[in-house]
Amino acid sequence: MHSSVGKVLIFALPVVVIAWFWATALMERRRLGSLAPLGFVQRNGVAVATYLVLAVALWAVVMIVLPQLFMVDLSFRPKLPPPQVGGEKDVYTLANYRYFLFGSATDTSSWNTTHLQAFGLTIVASVLITAFNFALCYPLAFHMAKAAPAARVRLLMLLLIAPYWVNEILRAFAFRILLGSGGVLNQALLGLGLIAEPIDFLGLDVGLYAGLSYAYLLLMIFPLYNAIESLDTNQIEAARDLGAPWWHIHLFVVMPHAKPGIASGCTLVFMLTAGALAAPLVLSGPRTLWFTPIVYDRFYQAFNWPQGAAYAFILLIACIVFVLTVMRLGRLTLGEITR
Amino acid sequence: MAAAVDLSHVTIRFGDFTAVDDATLSIEPGEFFSFLGPSGCGKTTLLRTISGFIEPTEGVVRIGGEDMKGRGPNARPTALIFQNLALFPMMSVADNITYGLRVRGVSRAERRKTAERLLDLIALPGSADKRIDELSGGQKQRVAIARALAVEPKVLLLDEPLSALDLKLRQHMRNELRAIQRRVGITFIYITHDQGEALTMSDRVAVMNRGVIEQIADGRTLYTAPRTAFVASFVGENNGFPGRVSAVDGEIAAVETAVGVLRGRNLRKLRVGSDAVLYVRPEALVIGRGSELFAGVAQTAAFEGTLTHVTFATRGDRPVTLTAAGRAAEAIPSEGEEVVLGFDPASALVVPAEGGAHA
Repeated sequence: MHSSVGKVLIFALPVVVIAWFWATALMERRRLGSLAPLGFVQRNGVAVATYLVLAVALWAVVMIVLPQLFMVDLSFRPKLPPPQVGGEKDVYTLANYRYFLFGSATDTSSWNTTHLQAFGLTIVASVLITAFNFALCYPLAFHMAKAAPAARVRLLMLLLIAPYWVNEILRAFAFRILLGSGGVLNQALLGLGLIAEPIDFLGLDVGLYAGLSYAYLLLMIFPLYNAIESLDTNQIEAARDLGAPWWHIHLFVVMPHAKPGIASGCTLVFMLTAGALAAPLVLSGPRTLWFTPIVYDRFYQAFNWPQGAAYAFILLIACIVFVLTVMRLGRLTLGEITR
Repeated sequence: MAAAVDLSHVTIRFGDFTAVDDATLSIEPGEFFSFLGPSGCGKTTLLRTISGFIEPTEGVVRIGGEDMKGRGPNARPTALIFQNLALFPMMSVADNITYGLRVRGVSRAERRKTAERLLDLIALPGSADKRIDELSGGQKQRVAIARALAVEPKVLLLDEPLSALDLKLRQHMRNELRAIQRRVGITFIYITHDQGEALTMSDRVAVMNRGVIEQIADGRTLYTAPRTAFVASFVGENNGFPGRVSAVDGEIAAVETAVGVLRGRNLRKLRVGSDAVLYVRPEALVIGRGSELFAGVAQTAAFEGTLTHVTFATRGDRPVTLTAAGRAAEAIPSEGEEVVLGFDPASALVVPAEGGAHA
């Protein structure tokens, strides 16, 4: 397949998507007939509508769609020295994906265990961290949404948000200082006489998992808080009045109501944890390899951008498939999550 | 048999604010009992205390003779119907109705049977698998009642459940509620600010004002023999003439008011010199007849079909309303006409002035 096909795809796909949306909107309008709500253009005028559509389209296409599509395109190309890019050797290939699976672009006799293991670990650990985040945030979100007086909610919000003013790298290093062999925690434990010699928290990956768990906590708590907050408190009281113990109320009244919030919180945390870079780079123990540093290395250590793109794309697809599967199992639609 | 609900000196305070002040009353099993009062009078607080969401600051709440102290709403033999119903929108009608049974570990088949039986009771057969948002306002209302009845409470508590419905439906649901109560035979405690609801449905009504229960009686007694100025003016329309008792003669007391000395029944046995209000119902007032007479100038007349309401300006600071029915309505004075208004002392009532009521 020649590379110009890719170019065509890159530029044609957004247009196709926009046309498709347009067509579905038109169909809906026709189906509803006179019941259809007043259109955006009718309400705001042609000038405003045109400006908004163009501005949003430009932003979406240039900032989001095109870069991603270029990366996808890149991932199917061989690594070539600059003069040969676009030359006759620049043809589509699966070599980068083959490398991920077999550790070689040509030989398929042995598996690329290092990368595959890192990939598996990243997915599994991200799931566990997401679950941990949920377990941590749900009680707090519930307390903030339903039990705490307004002043305490404001205080808790401030306490939750303030640490995130510190940038991600600094936060990761702070965990290093806290958990390192000569770190604050070890010093304290030694000083108290609880341990005889320092515990290698970082080597045991305590640092990595703590850092990752903390990194996206806010993205769990806010969707949960919003979802629970919108629950009519009378429903909780009605359940209690009908004899329900607290766990039953949470399981069958609060959580079903908060399902979209739970789903969007978990999706965000899972996606971002699986794709986190700073915390794994700074906090990873010597034996554990997170997948994102490998992707990073493809770009900046191996200087193999096509391979890096392929790796990044694999992670992205895996995450999307995983999330969609979980949503299907939980009978959730994308619309509900974004509500 | 022990009273269904027994309150003894129940006081509920929130900080400095006293929401309910020393409420003592006893509600019989199978009784339809209402708390009537303006918003903020403490009736909802009292209801939430009975259901267990609020612990009283002082006093004892007994249900079926048992002290309820320390027992939460999930451990009391009461079921509450919320003002906004609080049905669970993510559950089907049947699941809503049997939620309380599911909590108690009743099997699915058993629950289904109960749901269908209750749906028959509330006249919604075949709606078990509907979603809550497929129901109309009145149907939701009935599902909420069924959900509360499913746990077979000794006492059903209703917190203004009809206030969200439109007028026609509200009147229909009044009869429905009363009929359901007769069928299930348990105690209903009903909260409302609508006197029509309270009077038509209830066996007895407690009228509340500013945290105090002013009077407990059946509707007829509340209307004909209110004990306080608040009850007299809150239940039904009434014309009040504030003044001072100038003479007492057996059952009858004379009150010196702005429009002259008027006489009425002295059920509260007020003494000469005490501050009092004499109340005359608009339908007890007539033009030109009666032993108690005073002057008035006709102002407006509101024709309402069977009834006509006429307001008069008097020497007192409040206008006086007269309600004429049928034939009498034909003799309505025209605007600005000065007439003599009269009534019979037996149809008027002298009660203590507000503030002096608890002497």
